[in-house]
Amino acid sequence: MYVAVKGGEAAIRNAHKLLADRRRGDRSVPAIGLEQIVEQLALAVDRVMAEGSLYDTELAALAVKQARGDMIEAIFLVRAYRTTLPRFGYTKPVETSLMAIERRISATFKDLPGGQLLGPTFDYTHRLLDPELAGDVAVEVPERRVESHEQTPRVTDILGHDGMIESDGDMPEGADTGDLTREPLSFPLERDLRLQALARGDEGFLLGLAYSTQRGYARSHPFAGEIRIGEVEVELEVAELDFPLTLGRIRVTECQMVNQFKGSSSEPPQFTRGYGLVFGQSERKSMSMALCDRALRARELGEDITAAAQDEEFVISHSDNVQSTGFVEHLKLPHYVDFQAELDLIRRMRSEHERRHTENNGTQEAAE
Amino acid sequence: MTELATYNFAYLDEQTKRMIRRAILKAIAIPGYQVPFASREMPMPYGWGTGGVQVTAAVIGPDDTLKVIDQGADDTTNAVSIRAFFQKTANVRVTTKTTEATIIQTRHRIPEAALQAGQTLVYQVPIPEPLRFLEPRETETRKMHALEEYGLMHVKLYEDIARHGHIATTYAYPVKVEGRYVMDPSPTPKFDNPKMHNSPALQLFGAGREKRIYAIPPYTEVVSLDFEDHPFEIQTFSQPCALCGAKGSYLDEVILDDKGGSMFVCSDTDFCEDRQAEGQLSANPAEAAE
Amino acid sequence: MRATTQVFEGGFRDTVRNSQEIFRALMDAMANPGRVMPVRDLVNAPAPLAPVAASIAATLFDHDATVWSDKAIAGSEAAIGWLKFHTGLELTTNPSDAQFALISDAETMPSFEAFAKGTSEYPDRSTTLILQIDGFDGAGELRLEGPGIKDIQTFAPSQLPKMFIDQWAANRGAFPRGIDLIFAGKGALAALPRTTRISKREA
Repeated sequence: MYVAVKGGEAAIRNAHKLLADRRRGDRSVPAIGLEQIVEQLALAVDRVMAEGSLYDTELAALAVKQARGDMIEAIFLVRAYRTTLPRFGYTKPVETSLMAIERRISATFKDLPGGQLLGPTFDYTHRLLDPELAGDVAVEVPERRVESHEQTPRVTDILGHDGMIESDGDMPEGADTGDLTREPLSFPLERDLRLQALARGDEGFLLGLAYSTQRGYARSHPFAGEIRIGEVEVELEVAELDFPLTLGRIRVTECQMVNQFKGSSSEPPQFTRGYGLVFGQSERKSMSMALCDRALRARELGEDITAAAQDEEFVISHSDNVQSTGFVEHLKLPHYVDFQAELDLIRRMRSEHERRHTENNGTQEAAE
Repeated sequence: MTELATYNFAYLDEQTKRMIRRAILKAIAIPGYQVPFASREMPMPYGWGTGGVQVTAAVIGPDDTLKVIDQGADDTTNAVSIRAFFQKTANVRVTTKTTEATIIQTRHRIPEAALQAGQTLVYQVPIPEPLRFLEPRETETRKMHALEEYGLMHVKLYEDIARHGHIATTYAYPVKVEGRYVMDPSPTPKFDNPKMHNSPALQLFGAGREKRIYAIPPYTEVVSLDFEDHPFEIQTFSQPCALCGAKGSYLDEVILDDKGGSMFVCSDTDFCEDRQAEGQLSANPAEAAE
Repeated sequence: MRATTQVFEGGFRDTVRNSQEIFRALMDAMANPGRVMPVRDLVNAPAPLAPVAASIAATLFDHDATVWSDKAIAGSEAAIGWLKFHTGLELTTNPSDAQFALISDAETMPSFEAFAKGTSEYPDRSTTLILQIDGFDGAGELRLEGPGIKDIQTFAPSQLPKMFIDQWAANRGAFPRGIDLIFAGKGALAALPRTTRISKREA
């Protein structure tokens, strides 16, 4: 006789035990420490911080470990923690021209004030697996330039001096910068909210969309005006103090794309901008973000909206990987009630179809 | 290391609860209208009941008794998981008895036992917008609701009739609330739609990923869309529940073997167990299985 | 000195629990228009704020809530100070910008037209009016019908805005746009969502 399955609770408990066991793996292999993750899997930590929207290397490392290296799961863990944190205020915009630069390149000028600085990049490495890295080889101390405390002007500032590029755009008088984690989005969005959504958007999704703009789906003739990576100060204005309070330093990657010019009978032609800024070191993400930002400005710039990357509702509604993974994976949950409803309907329609078929055959035979 | 995180009663912080509570009051004042709210990331995935969980967390108090069902059953894994979440974070009484619960959180079913005044039914909603599959753009569907322009929905249902001879929507069957808003009842089978009409209970709907809350106050008109020549009708089953003999409850088909053998049992486990306890056992379940 | 202590004191004794109970009363009131819901464990705010209205404020307001108040409240430094300290609310002088309006004198309040009705795309972006009244045993009995009401609900607030029946009919006529009302009496509250149809009881 059939007995309904019980014991969901025990099943869940056992599944979680098994998960913990698999996470630890072979006990004869030393457990990985958070410092090791922070130091040696730093770019994984950076991605979790960026898309988790929480700058904390240790928590991000913990999330990576807990998620067994599944990046989206780690991002989810960080997000679910972040959402419980109290909000004390909003910091001042970070001043990237004051960045302590670790890497800075421009594809638009051969040389420029502040110079080109390759920094710690995969670029120009030959992608040959290095068997030496399987062990713990001694690493040479790299040469570093003497740290300069001079301001390094942004390429867009240089271009902006003589009006060659559009200005950065100002927030309307009295407008507060939006925060999609505190207020529901309502389309169409202003650029501030769009940039916020892109900054925490899925790297892979934005990469694909950015690539599509290069292949003709909303082509925008981009140049990598500048990419810079380094630390910036985070400052908070406090009502009681007449100077901003420095909260600390965070590492960010900024990308300024210089795009297709525009102009009209009233306005001289000038380049347009696409902007990317993400926590940590991630050129791929910041460049993708900048390309998507530019594509999504189609409405503002009076361009025809013909491609996916220009479609704000489409891009922003599907860029969040925590949302996407939740809904895709929710198909694992039982749906047998709805499925039963569909089964029932299809059975009914099939039997009606069969009846019609037999009736038709019957009349045909009679006619013969 | 960061201190071990501590959480508020029912997990959500008070500011988040206030935001959700304000949305709930507006939702009740405008039956069937989807109120946007700043849905939070929850410690369970989007699509797994985060909307319902947020609504329940904003409403629940220490004196409540909570029941959680998924597909009508109290013992499906996600129902177990959500119930455990509230036991842990709010330390509330939980029950499987529909009649004992003050708050019932549900996914895909409305209990068979008639709900009472004072009870609140919280639905987990995946896609709150009934027009979404006709028009994917929020900017457009919002206009359609504003203008009460629901022709497209009727066209879709009628196309079904033309093609299949039936309205091919079997669950998440659209309803019109108080003669104004067309609303998605969440993916409950249309079998449950009539239970929404004039219910003495308050019905709250939470869509976490889509960031919407909507409501049906008690004693509110809820009409399933239909046509004069194709009136709305619910599923009927040709046999009673094989376990409790109930006729007129919604049944799940349970596959018994790979030779086409199956049996039908109540999807509402509490309803079925109650009837079995009352001695309403089916004469021969094995026979019913054939 | 006294005014200062008044500002900092008198909050909920158990914020989480007390505000949940007030909210449940509000939710049930909104879901059952005209039904009088008793409430307890109230806050103590400086006059002219009465305990029930101030408890509703403490339950619903924070710095994401824009609130307009009538002159009697806005003119009381202690009352405004209390609201600011206990809720962090955002005050506005323009009733049409307000998510909530806190009204101590129903009879001299602006007409419903002055408040936000929401838009046809976002009818939820409308003002919820919180009316401080003496009680629910007024002389004129109203008959209520609509969502949340099984047959007919009677309702007799001790004070009402001027031309209430006409104003309410106009509000009802703008549905789904419109304001919603919360009545804060002594030890109890009630609500009228915009869906409720109201007539005067026939003599």
